[in-house]
Amino acid sequence: MHPGKASPILEVEGLTLSFGGIKALTDVGFEVAPGSITTVIGPNGAGKTSLFNTISGFYKPSVGRIRFQGADITATRPPERARLGLARSFQNIALFRGMTVLDNIKLGRHAHLRTNVFDALVYFGRARHEEMKLREEIEERIIDFLEIDHIRHMPVSVLSYGLQKRVEMARALAMRPKVLMLDEPVAGMNREETEDMARFILDVREEWGVTVLMVEHDMGMVMDLSDHVVVLNFGQVIADGTPAEVQADPEVIKAYLGSGEVSELRQRLHQALAVEA
Amino acid sequence: MSLEFDWLFLAEIMLAGLGAGGLYALTGLAFVMIYKATRVVNLAIGEMLMIGAYLCFGLATAMNLPMWLAILVAVIGSGGAGALLERVAIRPMLGESPIAVFMVTVGLASILVGVVELIWTSEPRRLPEFMPATPVMIGEAFVPSKVFYGFLVAAVLIGVALAVFRFWRGGVALRATASDQQAAYSMGIDVPKVFSLSWTVAAMIAAIAGVIVGAVGGISSTMGVFGLSVLVVVIVGGLDSVLGALVAGLLIGVVESLAGGFLGGEYKLLATFLILIVVLLVRPYGLFGTHEIERL
Repeated sequence: MHPGKASPILEVEGLTLSFGGIKALTDVGFEVAPGSITTVIGPNGAGKTSLFNTISGFYKPSVGRIRFQGADITATRPPERARLGLARSFQNIALFRGMTVLDNIKLGRHAHLRTNVFDALVYFGRARHEEMKLREEIEERIIDFLEIDHIRHMPVSVLSYGLQKRVEMARALAMRPKVLMLDEPVAGMNREETEDMARFILDVREEWGVTVLMVEHDMGMVMDLSDHVVVLNFGQVIADGTPAEVQADPEVIKAYLGSGEVSELRQRLHQALAVEA
Repeated sequence: MSLEFDWLFLAEIMLAGLGAGGLYALTGLAFVMIYKATRVVNLAIGEMLMIGAYLCFGLATAMNLPMWLAILVAVIGSGGAGALLERVAIRPMLGESPIAVFMVTVGLASILVGVVELIWTSEPRRLPEFMPATPVMIGEAFVPSKVFYGFLVAAVLIGVALAVFRFWRGGVALRATASDQQAAYSMGIDVPKVFSLSWTVAAMIAAIAGVIVGAVGGISSTMGVFGLSVLVVVIVGGLDSVLGALVAGLLIGVVESLAGGFLGGEYKLLATFLILIVVLLVRPYGLFGTHEIERL
């Protein structure tokens, strides 16, 4: 899948975000093709989570715009973005801790329920009943799909880290999103849990037709899953392309290994030692 | 203790205590609502109650509205004032340390007292009578009518509030916001609206409590002290627990009444704060509170 072929589902254009005098993002731009798995990588502090928070609408960019399915959503508030079909998970799991797994997932449908009392009254009756049934079916499918049936009535706070991440994903899926944003979906997971999650991410795309945009540090997984990789460093996009293209990019290597090639660094070290000796 | 213990006296004191406790529970509910939604420890809850009572007083006396209309308008007006306070004083503090926000509510309390004293002076006033005057007899025990009807109103309102939390979607939104604001916001829950709504409804509940407290004991610019007992109630019950506010409200009401009836009025607050100290030592997060809650 090549970005730019179909019209992108999500476009970020010239995004600049600053906190006081510090620029977290500078002129960041990229596109997410529908049905793709797009990953944002970059060293710690590169601005990946700031970028995610701006796309969710938590932060307001000082310059730039965000388009979702062609429509400008830069000024749209987060709840409205959720309704349009943007769902996300968080780097430090953000589940509703006092509630059970099932309650957490059910809250995913909140975005689509009528907010107005009058709407709710009109909406009452048959149509509402059918809608509710459909939702329940979807929730059952999600629970099945993510293999969390056995824990559905457990409070989320007692679950292992890996399972909590899975519940968070289930809750996001229950919002029936068009784009699923995952902030470090496998951070802190062991090999087995990581493989499970990778499989789920692929299936979300294949079976549910949901576009995935993620931030991830696990390079093996990023390179295996992604169609498209965007590399951030110090708040700027330094590379953008297929995993193979990005891996070969000298700018990327520099960002991850410090200035200069490994051999060059080793050489400098030897020189320094020689002077001392 | 004398051989013939006066059981009737005990019963009457307990009933009076439950009456006061109902109002503690009701105001505690208003406090918990704000705390749950916004994580703000609102020290101005007693003053919000006072504002409701004075609004009602002003409407009934200066504008000559019939009492029922004065109460209605005062409750709605207080709701508006609650929304305004949240917007101008609390919302800008979003993300600041809890102590800073706490201090803002302390300031808010002084401002509200000042406003009342500017308009109505610090002279104590009486609300026009609006409850049936005939005392109510429960068995042989005598209950003052205001205490009885006050308790009834508190019980009904608490029942309604509990049903709303349980069955209305707004209640779910409130619970989700209480649990994780960021997650709630990203899931289509309008968190700022939940903030605003919780302050509005809490101010309305406090206003109703204020009108009843004022009807029982008169109104004055120091009636916000009632909020001090409410603070004890919610700390004992657990800051984020509606059930806790109810149980602790009744408990403190009864204990205060017992201490006042058998030991003398000056022991009322002593008993209250003794309970507070014991609870803080044994269960710092309150009887029903969430364990991870920050301590004051």
